[in-house]
Amino acid sequence: MGFLRKKYWQRRHLMEAFMKLVMRVSLVIVTGSLGLILWIVIVRGLPALSWDMVTKIPEGGYYMGKGGGILNAILGSLYLAAGGTLLAMIFSVPIAMYLKTYLGDSKWGNYVRLSLDVLWGIPSIVYGAFGFTLMIALGLRASLLAGIIVLGLIELPIMTRAMDEVIRRMPVDLEHAALALGSTKFEVALRVVTRQMLPGITTAILLGFGRGIGDAASVLFTAGYTDRIPTSLMRPTASLPLAVFFQLGSPYPEVQQRGYAAALILTIIVLAVSLGSRWLSARLNKYTVK
Amino acid sequence: MDAHIQVKDLNVYYGKQQALKNVNIEIPKNQITVIMGPSGCGKTTLLKSLNRFLELTDGTQITGEVLLDGQNIYDREVDVTEVRKVVGLLAQRPSPLPMSIYDNVAYGMHIHRMKADRKDYRAAVQHYLEIAGLWEEVQKRLHDPATSLSIGQQQRLCLARGLAVEPEIILGDEPTSALDPISSQNIESRLLDLKDQYTTVIVTHTLRQAKRLADYVIYMYLGEVIEAGSAQEVFNNPKHERTRAYLEGQI
Repeated sequence: MGFLRKKYWQRRHLMEAFMKLVMRVSLVIVTGSLGLILWIVIVRGLPALSWDMVTKIPEGGYYMGKGGGILNAILGSLYLAAGGTLLAMIFSVPIAMYLKTYLGDSKWGNYVRLSLDVLWGIPSIVYGAFGFTLMIALGLRASLLAGIIVLGLIELPIMTRAMDEVIRRMPVDLEHAALALGSTKFEVALRVVTRQMLPGITTAILLGFGRGIGDAASVLFTAGYTDRIPTSLMRPTASLPLAVFFQLGSPYPEVQQRGYAAALILTIIVLAVSLGSRWLSARLNKYTVK
Repeated sequence: MDAHIQVKDLNVYYGKQQALKNVNIEIPKNQITVIMGPSGCGKTTLLKSLNRFLELTDGTQITGEVLLDGQNIYDREVDVTEVRKVVGLLAQRPSPLPMSIYDNVAYGMHIHRMKADRKDYRAAVQHYLEIAGLWEEVQKRLHDPATSLSIGQQQRLCLARGLAVEPEIILGDEPTSALDPISSQNIESRLLDLKDQYTTVIVTHTLRQAKRLADYVIYMYLGEVIEAGSAQEVFNNPKHERTRAYLEGQI
């Protein structure tokens, strides 16, 4: 080799090697933590995971009981998160569309974005307390409905901002193509932007759902907890994060193990929903313009 | 001259910069008008004033009138979506909508509710794909994504899509500049085939293309119209020194 030979000791090559190392270490830390969490949940939870756990309600109370299952919490969490996600969607899709279509990067648009970012950062216990105050004012008791409303509030800023970031990357040529045919801005938003951005919008909804199903503090005050399977919007309901919390707090090792099993079930649900929506958005991807 | 479009005292500013200076022109009906001139002379700005695309850019100021069959398209009472339905645009790069080939052509007809039922839409889609010379190639794959077509096919799809909303005017913003020579030729021959039925306005920076297409020529320089007239006059006997210099390749 002659003058083309790579000079490894050169500063720019050393710099690249160093930065690559930093990136790889970060990657290992992140994936390693995920692996470690999964490992602990599986090792501690798997022995207690049985068919009874997912098909029966608790026997002997959620705090002390060693028998039965946590079907009440599984169904409760699914209802809560699905309801909250639906509620958040009803409001976040129009907000994101309005931000994109009519506000854009104007002063008002950025003010709305700032508000949403602040809302995103507020801890969920504050939402819980806020929801509790609201319930008292409205004369509502801890119930599935109250839990859904508070989860909807928590998910709203996450979903809206995630959609907003996606939709802002809409290619301007595409919008112009639709406008040139005589579309109104609303038709562009409804028929073109949503189609082009469907995979991203799905991801945004999933982010909201993930936050909703995993949140414990907000449903503590608002949805309550019960050993029964939820049958009405107006009655309290159990949830998986609280099932984990209560059972891990029990003095009995058997019950603690059931807490890990509940965590494992929660993880599996989140994983299943993630994979499902990835599959879905890959299919929806067919027509998008790259 | 039977003028389809009349531009009167048109001035356009992007912020403080003036892009068009006091433009007064007439565009003949059912002929091909070519707008020529060096880069940055305001060709595209003039073209985009005709379908009200200028207002999509923030900070654009427009004064003057653009009359379409005598109606000022900048009048407050005018519905901009109607303007753009009548004045179609073939963009510089084809940009198919994120849907199937079929839906791309049907899109405009759907939003304007132009057909009664599914059968009529289907027939119309076929009709306009045939006009654009694309039907043979796509009839078996109408429900494939439009992006699966080659760039040249995409531009013909965009032509079909534009014609499907039944415009009277076709604007072309350098519509062949992103295409290979054969696809370019294809688009050019479509435009020539259609010129008896549509008023066509094309921006181009290739002189040879201008000579192949033009019935009427507008030559611009630094935001002003220097010369406008029939292709024969302007190409063979330009009145203005600047036009002559451009035609001889000095600018």
